[in-house]
Amino acid sequence: MSILLRTEGLSKAFTLHLQGGTRIPVLGQVDLAVSAGECVALSGPSGAGKSTLMRCLYGNYGVGSGRILLAHRGEELDLASADPRAVVAARRQTIGYVSQFLRVIPRVSTRDIVADPMMARGMAREDALVRASALLDRLNLPERLHGLPPATFSGGEQQRVNLARGFGPRYPVLLLDEPTASLDAGNRAIVIGLIHEAKQAGTAIVGIFHDAEVREAVADRVFTVEPMQDAA
Amino acid sequence: MKTLLEAKALRLNFGAIAALDDVSLDVTAGEVVAIVGESGSGKTTLLRVLAGQMAPDSGAVHYLGRDVLGMTEAERRRLMRSDWGFVHQNPRDGLRMGVSAGGNVGERLMALGARHYGNIRDEAKAWLQRVEIDAGRIDDLPRHFSGGMQQRLQIARTLVTRPKLVFMDEPTGGLDVSVQARLLDLIRALVRELGLSVLIVTHDIAAARLLADRILVMRRGQVVEQGLTDRVLDDPQHPYTQLLVSSVLAA
Amino acid sequence: MTEAGYNFAYLDEATKRMIRRAILKAVAIPGHQIPFGAREMPLPYGWGTGGIQVTASILGPTDVLKVIDQGADDTTNAVSIRRFFTRVAGIATTDATGEASIIQTRHRIPEKPLTENQILVYQVPQPEPLFRLEPHRAETRRLHALADYGLMHVRLYEDIARLGHIAKAYDYPVMVNERYLMSPSPIPAFDNPKMHQMAALQLFGAGREKRIYAVPPYTPVRSLDFEDHPFRPIRAPQACAICGSKTSYLDELVTDDAGGRAFICSDTDYCQERQAAPKAAAE
Repeated sequence: MSILLRTEGLSKAFTLHLQGGTRIPVLGQVDLAVSAGECVALSGPSGAGKSTLMRCLYGNYGVGSGRILLAHRGEELDLASADPRAVVAARRQTIGYVSQFLRVIPRVSTRDIVADPMMARGMAREDALVRASALLDRLNLPERLHGLPPATFSGGEQQRVNLARGFGPRYPVLLLDEPTASLDAGNRAIVIGLIHEAKQAGTAIVGIFHDAEVREAVADRVFTVEPMQDAA
Repeated sequence: MKTLLEAKALRLNFGAIAALDDVSLDVTAGEVVAIVGESGSGKTTLLRVLAGQMAPDSGAVHYLGRDVLGMTEAERRRLMRSDWGFVHQNPRDGLRMGVSAGGNVGERLMALGARHYGNIRDEAKAWLQRVEIDAGRIDDLPRHFSGGMQQRLQIARTLVTRPKLVFMDEPTGGLDVSVQARLLDLIRALVRELGLSVLIVTHDIAAARLLADRILVMRRGQVVEQGLTDRVLDDPQHPYTQLLVSSVLAA
Repeated sequence: MTEAGYNFAYLDEATKRMIRRAILKAVAIPGHQIPFGAREMPLPYGWGTGGIQVTASILGPTDVLKVIDQGADDTTNAVSIRRFFTRVAGIATTDATGEASIIQTRHRIPEKPLTENQILVYQVPQPEPLFRLEPHRAETRRLHALADYGLMHVRLYEDIARLGHIAKAYDYPVMVNERYLMSPSPIPAFDNPKMHQMAALQLFGAGREKRIYAVPPYTPVRSLDFEDHPFRPIRAPQACAICGSKTSYLDELVTDDAGGRAFICSDTDYCQERQAAPKAAAE
């Protein structure tokens, strides 16, 4: 199966100028590859850098050295060194990110928040809204909430909005950062179902799953992120 | 991706102070670029130079290949009436306060040759609704509007001729927080609906995050960091950017 | 030689040359205001010094001059100005529109159509049509240069929005040659159509503001309006109480304390011509 996302010698350190220039290395020479239809679970102790790696893969964090190669529009795009506009295009088209935290835009309804990325990818508005509602229903988000902005939703409700937004556009590559953290058993099962369907459709998935049950149900292999030593 | 605006090596000194110190940037079609910085960073000066309102000491600005700084006043005014829009921080600078809301919105249409009163009025009403001003206030004077309404009216007046590139100078400055949120959301929606390219100067980082694809951080006339908005704000590299981001209070 | 000490038509020849140069420029750019070095005249500002300077510069010994004020030859101002030119130029004067080669007018255009052999000189108080909308002269000059007349469009729009119609009864703004916005001077809006493609040369002089402008013969002059609110020349719906004209511009005269009023032709010569005509036809 083709590799849709891979890293070469990915390294990253944080330099905290406000703390006297303290340098904290987090990732060192990470080589990760994910194929279509495959789900790779990142594992490692807390603070090892799993979330950091995820954010690097999405271009949300910069990298110190190395490459992040994404199969985008038939070519390999190095997200680490790409022009910001190319990253924006890659995020619109090819790679999606589901985080635990929903950044809320005031006054935009949940349904519209979920439909937006689908429309950005080219879907017609009516179709996007229909699919958005269907996904929200599947994730057990009550209908009366679909038309409301999610600012006042509970953590679990916001997470489900995030999930619908991430799974809606059918991205070839999907990054899932603790997708079931605030969900009950029933909803966790639904997410497992969504992940399975995505895999069968050929999606390459990288995920952080604290919940062992979910991880065992969806991960094809585990990639361990080793914590690095602090700088002296 | 078509480059709309390109600025190279801009320098401008006010006496001993470097207001612009070797600044370059570009804006492509359909993107929103935010320029953030604190007072005195040079961001407003930069906007004025880019819009051809101020001449730099050196450097070049091109719009679709045309030399902006070399244009005559007539050409620049024509550009400002058709392809470009400018939203001022203070709506009073961008509106005719003694002219009704409808007249304000209709003026640019009439300047471009619209001669049918009924049609001009209908289009003005449609735009007022688009910026969430009750169409029944079409004959009211802006001086009787709240600050937020005045700003929305200014936006309607600017966008009515579908400019390709819109310059915005602190569009939410001086407005109440809830009013700001509404205005930002309106701008966001209009940008997407109309496919506008926007260059927005703001000291409000949250607004930049909401609206902009790319962000430039300015300090003392220099661009200290630039790139993808969420990357610059979540993983700031430059010491000043780190200071700026950490200084923002969370609600 | 005329009354002792005065050059022909009062102004010295160098001044006339300067004014004629301004007139030439004005004719070359229809509707555009040309500054000129207005001279001290024996009348104060506001009494027609601009018109007088223009007339003085184009007057020749064989010219026949008619002077009207609000259409009448016999009001104080018209009489004064006519007598002034008689004293300093010795030219022939007339009340009959058809006999005049130069007609100086304050605030009206004669009813009788003018010919290619005639020149109409208007007295202008405020040459800048944007004056009330934009107080800065430097800015109005820029607006004219850029043909940026949004201010005026907005003013007309506002009138219709507030009043249902454009509220300019006189000094109604016009576009000359589809390029310059011009003030036709405070003639009634009713007179505007006469300016369009007029056979005579039209010259405008503003003494206090020191501007001259012109509309050459056969120039398009269009009153500003909207497609769905077209310009309509307005006159009182009455007929003249003296000559019976239903088409000329009428003055409304209060005749007694009981509210009685009469409508009479503003153009005195026109009215008299019409009165004489049935008699002539009868003879």
